[in-house]
Amino acid sequence: MYIDTHTHMISRTTDDYEAMAAAGVVACIEPAFWLGQPRTNVGSYIDYLSTIIGWERFRAGQFGLRHYCTIGLNSKEANNEELAEAVMEILPRFALKEGVVAIGEIGYDEQTDPEDRYFRQQLDLARELSLPVMIHTPHRDKKRGTTRSMDVVVEHGLDPSWVVVDHNNEETMQEVLDRGFWAGFSIYPGTKMGNERMVAIVRRYGAERIIVDSACDWGVSDPLAVPKTAELMRRGGIAEEAIRTVTYTNALAAYGRSGQMREEDWLNPPPIDQRTLYMGNSVLRGGQEPRVALARRRGEEDLRIE
Amino acid sequence: MPRPMDLMTAWLQAQLPPDAQSWLADQCTRLEAGASAREFNLAISLVPRRLGKADLVLDAAALAAAEVARPGWDPRGWSLDQAGRLVLLLAGGGQGPEFADRLRQLFATADIAEMIAFYRGLPLYPDPERHEARAREGVRSGMKPIFEAVAHRNPYPAESFDENAWNHMVLKALFIGSALAPIQGLDRRANPTLARMLCDYAHERRAAGRPVGPELWRCVGPHADDAALDDLAAALRSADVAEREAAALALAACPAPRARELLAQEPGLAAAIETGRLAQPGDTAR
Repeated sequence: MYIDTHTHMISRTTDDYEAMAAAGVVACIEPAFWLGQPRTNVGSYIDYLSTIIGWERFRAGQFGLRHYCTIGLNSKEANNEELAEAVMEILPRFALKEGVVAIGEIGYDEQTDPEDRYFRQQLDLARELSLPVMIHTPHRDKKRGTTRSMDVVVEHGLDPSWVVVDHNNEETMQEVLDRGFWAGFSIYPGTKMGNERMVAIVRRYGAERIIVDSACDWGVSDPLAVPKTAELMRRGGIAEEAIRTVTYTNALAAYGRSGQMREEDWLNPPPIDQRTLYMGNSVLRGGQEPRVALARRRGEEDLRIE
Repeated sequence: MPRPMDLMTAWLQAQLPPDAQSWLADQCTRLEAGASAREFNLAISLVPRRLGKADLVLDAAALAAAEVARPGWDPRGWSLDQAGRLVLLLAGGGQGPEFADRLRQLFATADIAEMIAFYRGLPLYPDPERHEARAREGVRSGMKPIFEAVAHRNPYPAESFDENAWNHMVLKALFIGSALAPIQGLDRRANPTLARMLCDYAHERRAAGRPVGPELWRCVGPHADDAALDDLAAALRSADVAEREAAALALAACPAPRARELLAQEPGLAAAIETGRLAQPGDTAR
């Protein structure tokens, strides 16, 4: 069983859902983000957030995946202050919805003043509502941006064990772990993290507070990145317990703090879940530990993501 | 006579632990006194966290009281959070245009569980005519539980939908694999146009080699013309027992003499209907 804590499923097809379920992904988290292009008004933000708490959650259930999400104003759109002010007004109306497991993904993009202001306001909202936080660390000036994100979290009085710092690499991870945060690694071809590097990291640092995710979205990315990386770790001799920790247990521990994500959601769902019409995971029904080789249509021989 | 809101409050108080009871009572008092939009929205969001999502336990006396308070109101299958949200909505929603506006705002940011609760609550709202467009949006949903929150065990559609909206709701139920028997007023609102639409649908399904849900014949029977009787005659010879029974029941409900002749060709089914051994399912559809 795997949990993928970073998936933008609204950009993915039903083929992806089928392949993920077949490979043993039981739950995924959809962080609120931009659309690949900037929104022009708060109305499209409202409809987007409604989609990720509603239709997408329902859609995932049809394929046997439990779908959760995070709610937040992303750092890119924080720079449109008129939009950002309006979004901050409506965020509290979404933050306590069913299946919302964190405020996120928030943080810095270009580390501007507006980004800083709305990041701080959202950290206060997370504290007020007792929700975990998912931090998006910037692509550019990454190391400094990551350090600054954690400084601000601490300044606002949040407990690092309630905060996941995502999109780490070899340069950022040591400080993240040393300061007591969860360290997310997005296995994303070309930009973020490759999964052979990921295997080396787990071999060197162990599994504590490390979370592997796919960050799959509208770009060239892989919704099977978590099961593929698990299989690569298995072939690389990483202990099964460590694999489970970085692809399942830590994810549940971090985002389960919201009270909105429980193992029983996928292990013991009600026979007929009227609210979501969750169909149950066929792999779980078969009772076997799923392997990535079960996934079809998707070059199962190639486990590497460069 | 107790209002539906008073009944729901009493049912909840009987089932909830003391801390949840006092939270609900406190929220009701605050919302009735006129809380801000932010407080109102947060209170409704917090309901499942405070009250839980267990089934609302209702005995026969509770259901009878519901029927007296609001004829047609059927709270069977409701949960604690659904009833709790409706209590807070009725307590803090105000009246007239203000209520409609608050409900519109709630729907704009509702999650699936909230939408189901708000749609189930349709028969309890002031000024029912203000909510017709919303109810029609609910039965346009591709999410089956949302559709069923409006269509099933709910008196609102039969009371408020015009014929076109009604007919499309019934047809949509078949499209998404939703049962017809829990639709209130199914027999009362049957009409010739719906019978024609359903027969066309059955032809489309047959042409595509797909099965036809036998429930549809129930709405065809009372208004079956000659062409529809041909369809019922074919259904009466189906290999599927459920379809044969559904066709026989539909023929029994048809006033045309030819319907009686067709039914007489199946004396076993005709006798079962005559003696009441075979009857339409569902206690709400009539």
